[in-house]
Order: sequence, then C-alpha cells, then structure tokens
Amino acid sequence: MSAFFAMGGYGAYVWPSYAISVAVLAAIVAVSVRQHARATALVRRLEREEPGDAS
Amino acid sequence: MSAPPPCAYITAMAVFSTLTAYANPKRFLDLSRRIQPWLGGATALLLAVGFYWSLFISPADYQQGQSVKIMFVHVPAAWLSMFAYACLAGASITGLVWKHPLADQAAKAAAPLGAAFTFLALLTGSLWGKPMWGTYWEWDARLTSELIMLFVYLGYIALWDAIEDPNRAARAAAVLAIVGAVNLPIIHFSVDWWNTLHQPSSILRSGGPSIDSSFLWPLAIMALGYQLLFFWLWLLRIRTEILKRRARTLMLMRGAQL
Repeated sequence: MSAFFAMGGYGAYVWPSYAISVAVLAAIVAVSVRQHARATALVRRLEREEPGDAS
Repeated sequence: MSAPPPCAYITAMAVFSTLTAYANPKRFLDLSRRIQPWLGGATALLLAVGFYWSLFISPADYQQGQSVKIMFVHVPAAWLSMFAYACLAGASITGLVWKHPLADQAAKAAAPLGAAFTFLALLTGSLWGKPMWGTYWEWDARLTSELIMLFVYLGYIALWDAIEDPNRAARAAAVLAIVGAVNLPIIHFSVDWWNTLHQPSSILRSGGPSIDSSFLWPLAIMALGYQLLFFWLWLLRIRTEILKRRARTLMLMRGAQL
C-alpha cells in the first residue's frame, strides 16, 4: 500500500497532479451549477413580479 | 514530417454547427435541457473509469517509471485547452460575422472552461517536467505559447467584465478571441517548428499513435471524459448566459416603465 502511495519515488509529483486536477474540475462544476441556479432564481423572480410593482 | 490536420478543430466546428442549427434560444434551451443529464451521466462514468484505470491499472513506463501517470491528467487538459479555444474562436467568428443570437453567449461561456484546462495543462506539465526534465519551467516554444493562451483567456474574460453593454463587450471580446487564434497552430506545431524540450505528438501524428495500448486506453477514456465534461459545462453555462440576458432585458423593461 505504501508502495502505491510512493509511486516509485514520483509520489510528490503524481499525487499533486491528480489532486489539483480533481479540485479544479470539481470547482468549475460547482461554480457553474451555482451560477445557473442563481440566474434561474433571478429570472423566475423577475417574471413573477409585475413590472409596475418594483419599488 | 508534419502532423496531420488536428481533428479536434474539425470536431469543434462540427459540434458548433450542430448547435447553431438550434439558433432559436428556445429550441436550444429545450434540447440542451434534455441532453444535459445523459451527458452528465456519461461524463461521470468515463471519468470514474478513467481515473481508476490511470491510477490503479496502468503500468509504470520502462523509462519514466510511475511519473508517466501524470500523462493521463496532463494530455487531456492540454487537448481541451486548445479545443475550448477553437470553440471560443468559432463562436466569436459566428457572432461577429453572422450576428448569430447564441454565438456571443457560447463564446463567453467557453472562456472560463478553457482557462481552467489551460491552467491544469501548465500545472500538471510543470509537475511532470520537474522529475523528467529537471525543471518545473522552461521558456521553450510549447510551454510559452500555452502560457500565452492562458493570458489570452484571462484577457478575454477581463474584457467582458470591463464593458457594460453586452453587445459592445461581445464585439470587442470576439476580436480579441479571433486575433488570439493565431496562437492555436503555433501551440500545435511548436514541437515540430522549434527544437523544444517538450516531446512531439505521440497520438495525433501521421502513422498512428506511437504509445503502447496499456497507456493509450486509459488516456483515451480520460480524454473522452474531459471532452464530455467540457460539453456538459459548456451547455450549462450557455443556458446560464441566456438566463442572464433574459434577466437583464426584464430589468431594462421594468426600468423603462418606472
């Protein structure tokens, strides 16, 4: 098991490569999903309110 | 010997023209909403298999040892960094020349994705370079042109943020994207044109791939996974941009009535 983590002596390069790749991809998915949810909510709110109601 | 015309760009154009067949934002929204979950499922499956295969099954290279595993996250990121740019440039041309109603949103939506993949390509390349070349960074043609592409992406995003009116912002950003596209062939052919530290292509080359199938399989699955992830994110972000445009119109209408 420790041999697997050592990656034949290249663990210090292999693991950060994978960790950062997963982190960046997960982050961009999270940001994109959140932005979409916000935009959806905003349009729903604007469409619900009558144009004259805005204070 | 020069590389064959990179099929990635042709694919990008084909995909884009398919998307633009759904020129009407309403039809585009309906179609993309239906595709999205299937695309998401396929992406998750491919990435799960790809990461597992890359880390646990693929063998060590006889020269590079286990450091070759970095290839499975480096090469797909590098491909997608260029593919995203081809999409960005294609959408920019479509928006500028044909005033296509979805093109501006498609271009804007692709930029942060391209920037993320470029960042990953540079970073994983650096982490691979240290044990293999003895340095994290070298100002050679391939590395420098890829770094310039990151700056073009960031400049493109900054330009959108800097201009208030979306139509004017789209035009200015499209010009930047089209000018920046000269960098694409430079990146691709840099390893043939200049004597660089970076190795030449071993997949997209005339005569077929030159790497062993025990590396080619996990690489292909990872590349397809990254590719589908890009499409999933791109579709979602285009839908977000359409919604933002709609919100802006609604707010302007309200402002006019006050």
